[in-house]
Order: sequence, then structure tokens, then C-alpha cells
Amino acid sequence: MLNRDSLDFHKLNGLQKLLYKFLWFLLSVPAGMVSIIKKGVGGIVKFFKSVISVIKETVRTFVKGDIFTRISYFIMGFGQLFRGQALRGILFLGFQLVFILYMLFFGIEFISKLDNLGDVAAVTVINEYGLEVIEYRDNSLKILLYGTLTIFFCIGYIYTWFVNVRQNGKAQSLIEKGIRPKSARDDIRALADSQYYKTLLALPLTGILVFTVIPLFFMILVAFTNYDYTHLPPGKLFTWVGLANFKNLLGVQASDGKFAFTFGEILVWTLLWAFFATFTNYLFGILVALLINKKGIRFKKGFRTLLVITIAVPQFVSLLLISKMLADDGVINGVLRDLGIITQGIKWLTDPILARITVIAVNLWLGIPYTMLIATGILMNIPADLYESARIDGAGGIRRFTKITMPYMLFVTGPYLLTTFVGNINNFNVIYLLTGGAPKTTDFTGGAGYTDLLITWLYKLTLTDNDYKMAAVIGIMTFVVVAGISLVVYNLSSSVKNEENFQ
Amino acid sequence: MKTISSNKKHRASNTAVYILLTALCILWLLPFVYLVLQAFRGESRSMVSYVIPKEWSLANFKILFTQTSFLRWYLNTFIIALFTSVIQTAFVLSVSYALSRIRFRGRRLLMNIILVLGMFPGFLSMIAVYFILKLIGFTGPGSVPGLILVYAGSSGMGYYVAKGFFDTIPRSLDEAARIDGAGRARVFFKIIMPMAKPIIIYTVMMAFIAPWGDYMFASLISFGYEEAYNVAVGLFTLLDREHINNYYTVFCAGGLLVALPVTVLFMMLQRYYVEGITGGAVKG
Repeated sequence: MLNRDSLDFHKLNGLQKLLYKFLWFLLSVPAGMVSIIKKGVGGIVKFFKSVISVIKETVRTFVKGDIFTRISYFIMGFGQLFRGQALRGILFLGFQLVFILYMLFFGIEFISKLDNLGDVAAVTVINEYGLEVIEYRDNSLKILLYGTLTIFFCIGYIYTWFVNVRQNGKAQSLIEKGIRPKSARDDIRALADSQYYKTLLALPLTGILVFTVIPLFFMILVAFTNYDYTHLPPGKLFTWVGLANFKNLLGVQASDGKFAFTFGEILVWTLLWAFFATFTNYLFGILVALLINKKGIRFKKGFRTLLVITIAVPQFVSLLLISKMLADDGVINGVLRDLGIITQGIKWLTDPILARITVIAVNLWLGIPYTMLIATGILMNIPADLYESARIDGAGGIRRFTKITMPYMLFVTGPYLLTTFVGNINNFNVIYLLTGGAPKTTDFTGGAGYTDLLITWLYKLTLTDNDYKMAAVIGIMTFVVVAGISLVVYNLSSSVKNEENFQ
Repeated sequence: MKTISSNKKHRASNTAVYILLTALCILWLLPFVYLVLQAFRGESRSMVSYVIPKEWSLANFKILFTQTSFLRWYLNTFIIALFTSVIQTAFVLSVSYALSRIRFRGRRLLMNIILVLGMFPGFLSMIAVYFILKLIGFTGPGSVPGLILVYAGSSGMGYYVAKGFFDTIPRSLDEAARIDGAGRARVFFKIIMPMAKPIIIYTVMMAFIAPWGDYMFASLISFGYEEAYNVAVGLFTLLDREHINNYYTVFCAGGLLVALPVTVLFMMLQRYYVEGITGGAVKG
């Protein structure tokens, strides 16, 4: 086994070097996995340790606490109110009151029904006019939704309670030392200075919590229920089914395994698509940038601007238009027929294999200007003397491209490539607006077609099939794929840089 | 002799490059030329297999404004874009400045959490957001405020480009001002913001343009309520199987009216866009 820095390695030819690099990569995978698992376990251990230390501190504070501190364990903010921290006291007390009222009137009811998501969906009753009407009782969707919200509210309450206890302990010990604890004015001043990050982050993080964290938590829960079109509230109930949906996805214990087959096919195509869409755009974008940057070429700005127009036009306009142009009876086939080049229309978007090639080609049309813009700036930063000395050594254009341009670009834009790859896995617009996932096939389930990606399939499962349970499962699997790829690339790539170095 | 022949070779290869670049530009502009030609076609409103119209007219635009709710869709999208750009810019600048400049407890953890959250497909959380918005009446007919919340709500997660920009402003500037007695808030508004003009324009521009092209979220939130559609969802319906034969050229007219202002805006602010994406790509 050769060392990466050893002289023998540098004597090898290109192919051997590549093989060695690949071997090193494979060998580093187990170590990388171990380090990831270690980090994960370490994080969990650290979390529990800090929980234990917080509980210890809570007990200690109670034992040592004076009457105000001890009452604050039951009435939040009590201590603060009597120690000249009226604003904090009122906020704590108010929060506790809101929490108690919410739990009494809403929370407890929903939490208690979370175990089976409701018993009776609807009953027929006779109303005051003697008519039979349907009365809706338990709504599984609302129970799960409000239940999730209540769980988050409870976590928030418990956290606030610990903060309240800690503050009381601190204020008490400060007073014992003869120091006045922070007043409301101090607090507000701190929020504009030393604690300014709290002011800055409060609203954006609330937004992320409400519009991403809670919804994701809810959807992950849905993956363990049977929520689909046969269990739609308010008429019907849905309930917990354990891992049944995941078994269905993987084809274990499933009636026909069709879902597992569809998932496998779509997953493979999604990865193929992401790979080709990313790297063809990257390569051709750089080539176009090189062409425009070539010495002696005039109207550089004009060429660039003409290409950039395509970025500006909203994608739904250009993509819908192109999809109609490429239709079987579309204008492209029409013109080709008029010119006598073809006699029968080319099935650009209706032949399974050709459709897959077409979407990658159209994606080139969309993506090249973008990559070209990014590459232009970076290419100008490559030291000119590198090219000059390569030329003197007799390196031709292609050699200069593969030995200088590409390594430099790859080094600088490594993280960008990963982001683009992930973005392409979730590239809804290009596929949905261009083909809508077609051509469809009866081999697939859930209305999927040959060009469907996981994300467009997820969309269809939700909007046309109302198959929320499998949509949630597909979403989770997409996350697993993306997270897996990112973790491996982040941990193994050499272009991971220390962010502090930039400052 | 040698210089002349190499000059000749140089010129020949340059000519080839010119031809190639011109061909590329034509290929890239063809769909838009086609769009404009179809928008002004007068003889029929269905898809045809030739490019040049036989009759020119403005009828498509008239139909667009009288027989469809295009004006309404346009207004909806404009309102959504306006509010989204304001909220999103405030969120993105706050988060990126805090993460770039202030070292507080849990900063790394927060960045990692946002990174992991970003790996879930956005549409997954959107299904649940739809249910939440439905409870407060912000779906269907009330989609406009709903969509503003959808676009702007979690926009703090897209802090990467702006943080990359703030990272390049020397930290000694902040420190000097703080030694002179300015609080963090003052430093942010009086020193950093005036220097951050390019990144502010970039953020506003991206936030303003995005709602004009979104189909995925808008179609979910406004499902089934024509009056609440944005331009993308609205114009998409014109290409339905039952509409396309009467509305294909009308769609082209609508597409033109959407693309024009967005393109002009984009071209005016192109410099900031280029700075933003190249900076973002290099720093990841």
C-alpha cells in the first residue's frame, strides 16, 4: 500500500493514480462511517449528561433556595417579581397562565386522544326538526395536528420552567453577595447589544419552527399512520399502523410489491438524472465560459447577456412553452417535417428513453447560462502564468483544460457541486412542467411515469391520490438519500474548508 | 513568416468560436422569439406546426384580460412578491449577520440543525403547512396571505449567500465601533447595512422574482380556487386538455406579459445577481 505523499505514488501514471485514489476512498468509507456514528453517539451522550446536570442544579437550587425561589418552582416569575425584575416576572407568569389555560381547554383533550387518533368519526343523529343529520365527532387530522402543536408547546413550557428556576438561583446568589440583579432596563439594553443575536434570531427562528420544524415532525408522524384517500377525515378516521408503510415501500409483506418496484425504478432514475443534470451542465457551462473568455473574442458582454436572459424568464413560461414545442404535434416536429428532414414526428417527450434524454438536454438549455456566469468569475482568477508555463512545456488546449482548468474549478466549486446535485434531486420544475412525469406506464403505481423524480411523485401522491401516508414515506426516503450523499461527500472530500479561514 | 501563419490560425479559430457562439445564442433565444410570434398570432388560437403567423393581431391580449382572470392572478402574484421580498430580506439579513458576526452558545448547533432541515424536500413540510393554514383560512380563497407565509416563513434558512458576504467584511470594523461605545444594534444598522447594499439588492431581487415562477407550492395552497391563483398556476390551466385549443396563443401572450417585467428588472440588477451567485458558489 502506497502512501499519498510517497515518491513512488508520484511516479505512477494517471490511471494507476486514479485507481489508488479510488481505493483510498473505499478504504476511508468505514472509518468515515465510524466517525459519523461516534459523533452521533457522542452528541446523544452529551445531551443526556447536560439534562442530568440541569436536573441536579434544579434540585440544588431548591434545597438552597429562599422562600421566593421555592415558590417560583410552582408560580413562575414569583421570585423575579420580588427581586426588582418585574418585567421578567410578568412575562414568566403570563406564559404560565396561558399554558395552563391552553392545556385545560384544548391540550389535554388532544393529547389524550393521540394514542389512537380518535374513536368515533361521525354519528347519525336526529336533529330538532326530526331529520337525520351526520354529526362529526373525532377528526384524526385535527387530533394529530393539535397534538403535535401541544407537544411542542409542552417542550417549550418545560424549557421555560428550567430557565425560570436557573434565573431565580442566580438572582438569589447575586443578592446574597450584595449585587443588584439585572433590571428591565438592563435587559432591554442587552437585547440591543450583548444579546443582540436573540433579537435578530427571534422572528426568523420562530418562522422556521412553525413552517418547517413542526410540519416536518407532523409529516414524519403521518408516515406511521394509514392516512390516505380511504381514511379521509372528517368522514373517516385514520390511526397508527407502525412500520407498515415502510414495509410496503421496501416490498416486505406487501400484496404485490408494486410500490416497492416503482420506488426502486424512480429512485434509480432520480439519481441518474441528478448526476447527468449536474455534470453535463457543469462541463458545458465551463466550456461556454471558456469560449466567451477566449482572447481576442469581442462582444463578450453581449454574448453573456443574451445567454443570461434565459435565467431571468420565469421557468414556468419557458418550460411550458418548450414542452408544447416538443409535443408530438408541436412546432419542432412540424418544422422538421416541412423541411423534409423527417417524415414521422419524433416522440421527444412520449418515448420512455428519448423523454429522459430530452429532459436532460432541456435542462442543459436552462442550466448552462447559470454555470457559465459562475465559471466566468472563477476562471478569471486562475493565475495566467499557470497557463503560460504549461504552454511553454508543450501542453495543448485539451491538456491545459483537463490539467489546470478542471482541477482548479473542481477545487473551488466542490461545495457548489454538492448543492446543485441535491437541488437536482429535488428539481420539481423541470420535470413537472416539461413532462408531468410522462410517459406514464401501468408498470408503476401512484400515477408515476418514466421521467418522474421522487419529488414529482411525492407531489402527485399528495395532490391527485391523497395518499398522504406514502407521500410522507417518500419524503423521508428522499431525506435519507440526500443526507447520506451529503454526509459521505462532506466527510470524505478534501475541499471541506474551515469557515474561520475566510475572515 | 511564423507570426503571420500563427496569426492566421488564430483568426481562423476565432471565427469558428464566433460562429459557435452565435449559433448558441440563436438556440437560446429561439423559444422567446417563438413566444413573441405566437402571442401576436391572429388566425387561430390553437397549436400549429409552423412558426411565422399568417395574421398579426392583439386579440390574444384582449382575450387574456376579458375571458380569463389574468389581471387577478397578476395582482395576486405582485402582492405576494412584494410582501415576501420585504419579510424575506429582513429575515435573511438578521440570521446571516447574527451567524456571521456574533459567537453565541449553540451557534454551531443551530447551523447544523438548519443544514439538516434543508435536506428534507420542501414539499414534505408544505403538506402539513397546508393543513395548518387551512385551519386559519389561509388556503383556497385566502391563498395570498397564505403564500406570503409559505415563502417568507422559513426563509431564514437560506442565509448562506448573505453570510458569505458578511464574512468578507473585516470584523475589525465592528470591533472598532464597539470600542467607541456603539452597541451591536447600532453597528448593524449604521456600519454594516450601508456596506451591504449589493447583498440587500440581491436578496430583495431573488425574493421578489421567486413567487412569479413558483408552481409547486402555489398549486397546493390555492388548489381549486381560480381567483386565488398566481400567474404560474393560472396560466398553466390554460394549457389543460380542454383549454389548449382555444387558449394556446393566449397563454403565450400571458407568458410574455409575465416574462417582460421580470426580465427587465433582472437585467437592470444583473450585476448584483452575478456577484451574489458567484460569491455563493465559491464559498458554498
